Parts: sequence; C-alpha cells; structure tokens
Amino acid sequence: MRISIENFTKSFGDTTVIEDMSLEIGDGEMLALLGPSGCGKSTTLFAICGIHRMNAGRLMFGDTDVTEVSSQKRNVGVVFQNYALYPHMNVYENIAFPLKVRKESKAEVDRKVQEIAGLVHIGELLQRRPMQLSGGQQQRVALARALIRKPDILLLDEPLANLDAKLRLEMRSEIRRIQLATGITAVLVTHDQVEAMSMCDRIALMDKGQIVQLSTPKDMYENPSSDFVAGFLGNPPIAFLDGTVADGEFRLANSQVTLPVPSGIEIPGEGAPMRFGVRPEFFQPGNPLKVPGKVSFVETQGREELYDVMLENGAVLRSIQSQNAGFRLGQEVSWGIEQDRVLAFGPDGNRL
Amino acid sequence: MTSSNFRSWPLYLILTVISMPLVIMYVYLFVDTVTDTTAGSLIPDRFTLHHWRFLWEEPETGRVSIWTVTLNTFIFATCTTLINVSASVTAGYALSRLNLPFKRFFLGGILTLHAFPTITLIISIFLILQMIGLYNTLIGVILVKAALELPLGIWIMKGFFDNVPWEIEMAGLQDGASRFTVWWKLVLPQVQPGVAALSVFVFLSAWSEFILPQVLAPSGSAQVLSTYLSNLIFDDMKPDFNMFKSVGVFYALPVIIIYLIFNKQLMNIYGGGTKG
Repeated sequence: MRISIENFTKSFGDTTVIEDMSLEIGDGEMLALLGPSGCGKSTTLFAICGIHRMNAGRLMFGDTDVTEVSSQKRNVGVVFQNYALYPHMNVYENIAFPLKVRKESKAEVDRKVQEIAGLVHIGELLQRRPMQLSGGQQQRVALARALIRKPDILLLDEPLANLDAKLRLEMRSEIRRIQLATGITAVLVTHDQVEAMSMCDRIALMDKGQIVQLSTPKDMYENPSSDFVAGFLGNPPIAFLDGTVADGEFRLANSQVTLPVPSGIEIPGEGAPMRFGVRPEFFQPGNPLKVPGKVSFVETQGREELYDVMLENGAVLRSIQSQNAGFRLGQEVSWGIEQDRVLAFGPDGNRL
Repeated sequence: MTSSNFRSWPLYLILTVISMPLVIMYVYLFVDTVTDTTAGSLIPDRFTLHHWRFLWEEPETGRVSIWTVTLNTFIFATCTTLINVSASVTAGYALSRLNLPFKRFFLGGILTLHAFPTITLIISIFLILQMIGLYNTLIGVILVKAALELPLGIWIMKGFFDNVPWEIEMAGLQDGASRFTVWWKLVLPQVQPGVAALSVFVFLSAWSEFILPQVLAPSGSAQVLSTYLSNLIFDDMKPDFNMFKSVGVFYALPVIIIYLIFNKQLMNIYGGGTKG
C-alpha cells in the first residue's frame, strides 16, 4: 500500500524533531530511513505506526487518511529493535496473539501460524519460549508476528542492531526475501548505510529532521546531493579535500597543488572555497591525475587493503586496493585520482 | 562450606549457643501445648490434649467458637489482600505509565502516607467508622486495613511496572489489542512475581494485625484470632496459660506454612522490587 506523508511536523515539548517533512513511499517498495542518531528517523517510523501523534501534517495509506486513526486500526506490522516478544508466551502464542485479539477461530489461527512459521523458517521452534531462542530466531519470530495478520505496511526499527555480524548478514537477505515474497510495503529504520543500501529499493537520508536526499542506493552513492550524503554512504568512507578556486582550477588549501575541476560543473567565482570528494576506489596507482603523498595508515581487510595517504598539506586521501599491492607505512607514493569521478561541493556543502 | 582454610564448626558452635534461648522458647511453646507439668518442676511429665480442647468443645457462654474466629480472620486477610492488590496493580500501572496530571504530587503523597504512623489516625478512623455504621463490623476493618497498606502496595507495583519494557506495550497496541487487553494480557504477566509477593505480604500483615481489629471491631461476631487471643488472658478469671499457648500455636501455624511456601516470592519485595 502506498504511504504518503505530507508536511509532517513533530515536536516533543519545546524541541521540534521534525519540521514540515513530506515523503511518498510506493506500493510494494522497501524504503530505508537512514541517518545518524537523533535525526528523527525513528520518530517518523513511530508516526507512521501511530505510536506518536503528528503535531501537524497528514498521513495517507493508499487513499485513506489515517492521521487520526489509532495504532490498533492502522493495520501496520512493526518489528522493534529489541523484538518486544512477549516473554510469558511461547513462540506459537506470540505469533498467534494478533489473531487472538481479533477473535479468529482456533483452526484459522493454527493454519495461519503454521503458514507464516514456514515462511520465516521457525516451524520447529513453536513450543519454545523467547528466552530460549537466539537473537536471529527471535528476530524471525518478531517478523512472523508482525506479518501474520497480513498488514498493509511493515515497519522495521533497527531490526539488525542487536545481532552479531554474521547473523546480520544472514538476516539482511532474509528480511529482503520475506519482503519480496509477501510484496508488502516496508519501511526500514537504520543508521547503518550498508543495511540501507543492500536491503532497500530507495533510501531517504535524514539529517536534523529533514530528508536530505531521497534516491535509489546506487544513485545516492554516485550522485550525492551534498557532502553530508557523500560522507554518510560508502565504506570505507569518502575522503574530502578542502581548497579554493584558482584560475578555473581547484587549488588545495595551504599548497600550490592544483587539480582540474571535473567537466560539466559550474565553477564558483575566483577564490571561492570548494571541496573535492574522492572515493577510495577512484584513488589508485594507475590513474593519470597524480597526487604525491606518503602512506600514513595501512589496514588489511583480507581481500583488500586500505591505505591512507597524507598529502603534503596534511589532507588525507583514502585508497582501497586488491591485496598484495605491497605498499608499506611511510612509503612515498604518487597515485592518481580518476578525474570524472571526483565529486565537487560548493561552500555550502551542496554538490556543484 | 568445604573450603580448606576455613573451619566452620567454631562458627556453628557460637551460633548454636546464641540461638539456644530462642530455640528453647519455641520448643517449650510446642511441648507445653500437649503436656502438663507438676507445679515447681521444669520437666513436663504427662501427655494431654486437654489444652487443645477449644478446637472441639462447645465455647463457653459469651464466647465465640474458635472456628468462627478463624473464618473471620481468613475473610479479613483474604478480602484485604484482594482489595489491596487490585487497587495496587491498577494504581501502580497508572503512576508508572500513564500521563497523569500531578503525577509527582501523587508519588510524593504515597511516600508520605507510607511513612505516616497508622496509630495516629486511629481515633479519627474510629469516629468515621462509627458515624457511617461500620464500627464493630468486619467490613469496616477490612476497608481500613486495605487502605493503610495501599501506599506500600502501590509503590512496590509501580517499581515492578517500571521495569516492563515499553516496546512490549507498543507491540501489543500494534497487534491490535486495546489498552486494557495490553495491560491485562501482556503487562500483568510480566509483574506476576510482584503480584504474588505483594499478595503474600499483605495477607500475612492482615493475618497478624492486632491494633485495628482490637480498636475497631473488639467484640462479638467480628473478632479475629489476634483479638480472640488477647481476650483469652484478659477476660478469664482462671488463666490457662497452656491453652493460651495452644491458641498461639494454632494462630501462628498458617503464617509459618505461608512463609515456608512463599519465602522466595517475599524476597522479591524485600529486595526492593526492582527485578521484574
């Protein structure tokens, strides 16, 4: 079901957390609300499910205005960060609870529980208590409980935050598989850009209660609208070079080194401050546009190696290279930037 | 205690010597109820069930049967517990979770009331009960006792509710349950150890209550065991101390049994009620 949030404002006491936000989420789409802590992403999620009242604005599910509808009647399934399973009930009773509340017949409840348990692969755990389950299993139970009454919308609040690294990888694809299998509209709240990029159709990147950019993961990675977005996405993160415009070129701060500006952008006036963003994969020994520097940090990541290169003015560029490149700490190198993949940002941080 | 560098028998010896007087008293309490002792002797020499005759003999005129009094005590303790616990779980939940006006004021008030000595209220309570016609009735004492135990009950239950995660309630609402269903089916089971502990605590407190029944329902059909026991020595021209002890043992038995069964739950309360 399509969700549209129009001019949503939310404040707690005197603090306005979200001001005048609008967002459209398409039918069957999985959207990530991504952002640093305190950016208002969870608040938005809780407004969609009805736990928080909106101070102003309108919330539509499909063609129905649900702004004033209570949580119970919105037909939204939620998976909470700590899963919020009912500790005194076993897995079967947990999953069946939403149906029991609606007083469905025993046979019907049983059939649906078995069906959903099969979908999330917990068929053999139904008699266990939540305490006896691992984190990943609890997560699956929480998903099953959220999905059992066929909600119009599935909301996931940091669903992977409490899992260890290996399980996180597994549940990432599991959640996506279940979302695609059910075709449900889903909203995922996360502060982890990898989760957002790997699981979702689109990402809404939020900062200070505003949506900074709304785009597909690939587009957001390649065409960030500001240096904040560019810095948030990508692991290892993008490196920034500060400098000014000089003779139509980019001159590094405190240095005589100049770099040509990527083609097709509007160069601000002479002397204006400017920022270059270079992703680690576009700073490689083979590229033509050389920048000299010294290897200041080496991190072995197994398949790849990550290098920090300190330029002569103190700025740091990052490079990620396949293993056995064999550079050592302190070594003088002169690697090149791929000119057309450089992201240029103006003084206000916005992309040029 | 099997640690090699610590010998435990001296400690046990000291403890045994110190607790001896207490143990001797208890033993004599039990022994005296089923024996007779020749005057001037310390050692009992005859077995008898004569002192327990109050259990099966018809009461003397003007006296109430022990069974009526026991039933009264049970009704008194049970009703007090029911009223107190049902009020505590609702009030405790409200103070813990609902957005009440004057919440801090209520919380402060409860603490103050809890610290307030009951005995200073007794005259006004007496007057009020007499005015509304509940003096010398069981209902009157039940209401007063339940009310006086409330601050502690509410405070303890609030502590237990505070430890129930918010998300459980949110999840319940999201699953389509009403606020009441959420409270009844999801939240109450989480604080069940608290409810059990509070129930036992209030029951025992009511069972052993003496001042309130003595002042507010001193005679006749509303008597409870504690007042019966005191009447036994006050009224009688020819005191029978062994029978007094028998009634005492009879009175204490349920308390001992309840303590033995529920001592784990009671630890919950004395531990501060902080673990859910």
